[in-house]
Amino acid sequence: MEKQTYSGRIFTTALPVVLGYLPIGFAYGVLAANAGLTLMQTMAMSVFVFAGSSQLIAVGMISQGINPISIVLTTLIVNLRHLLMSAALSPHMKEWKKIEIAGFCFELTDETFAVHSLRFRKGETSPRIAIPINIICQIAWLIGSLLGVLAGGDITDVEPFALDYALPAMFIALLLLQIQNRKQVWVALLGGALSLGLWAAGITQWNVILATVAAATLGAVLETRVKEAPLKEVKS
Amino acid sequence: MSDLIFYLMIGGMMLVTYLPRLLPAWLLQGRTIHPFLAAWLKYVPVAVLSALLLPSLLVMDGRFNLVWNNLYLWAALPAALVALKTHSMFATVLVGMAVVALARLLLA
Repeated sequence: MEKQTYSGRIFTTALPVVLGYLPIGFAYGVLAANAGLTLMQTMAMSVFVFAGSSQLIAVGMISQGINPISIVLTTLIVNLRHLLMSAALSPHMKEWKKIEIAGFCFELTDETFAVHSLRFRKGETSPRIAIPINIICQIAWLIGSLLGVLAGGDITDVEPFALDYALPAMFIALLLLQIQNRKQVWVALLGGALSLGLWAAGITQWNVILATVAAATLGAVLETRVKEAPLKEVKS
Repeated sequence: MSDLIFYLMIGGMMLVTYLPRLLPAWLLQGRTIHPFLAAWLKYVPVAVLSALLLPSLLVMDGRFNLVWNNLYLWAALPAALVALKTHSMFATVLVGMAVVALARLLLA
């Protein structure tokens, strides 16, 4: 990659996530307004929770009149997958101060995780870049939410602009950019297939976590076994 | 829901979102990790992204959609091609969205 300035590097890295967060945040804002949340309430959730899928789920539950304790518990279950992401990034944050980890992790989402796991593996682990990237991503989320609330009732359909496809498209890019060897392909196939299978079996809250644990275990087994028997690798 | 209850709920949501994000990184930092766990953590990104992606393409309105008219699935092909060719997240997202928008325009 060509040389870039400090702020240029931050912005270009954050840009794809920003592009995804604006429309999704917008969709959240519209749904929140339609669910009867005030501007303050809608924005407070985006500031303090900052979790795309759980915010959308929470708004849906609020509009159905579901009790707040159930909403908090659902949020917990939906966000438990971040345990795995936080753990996965930890080996790269050896040099970080605790306060930097605390700030960084507040904005650790599926999308920022995918961006940083890619960067960290290339050795780009400076908190001076990583934290501003996260801040820009949350600002995009806030702007999207705000525009969504303001548009509120005027918008009933986001489909003509394909805003709903921003997130799947981002996952496609993030996944494919991670894959560098055959073992990762197997892990990805198992993770995706298990996640779908569990979902079809009715395990719709835990499917992502269970599939991730199982598929990562396959990867670890493949990796440690290949290390112990390097000759096999040469033959294939 | 009263304002007080709402903000208490936000506080609860914040806690159960932040703690899972924070605690593993906070507690594991600087520790020597067993080689198997280290290898395991290396495969978490690929595993979790795939586990998130496939349902997002194949589940519509709470149901499986594996048939030929699943636009999300078709649009994934050009998007994936762009991702592999350009290694650009930005281009992938743009092309994916453009294909879906165009298809909806033409099929409407």
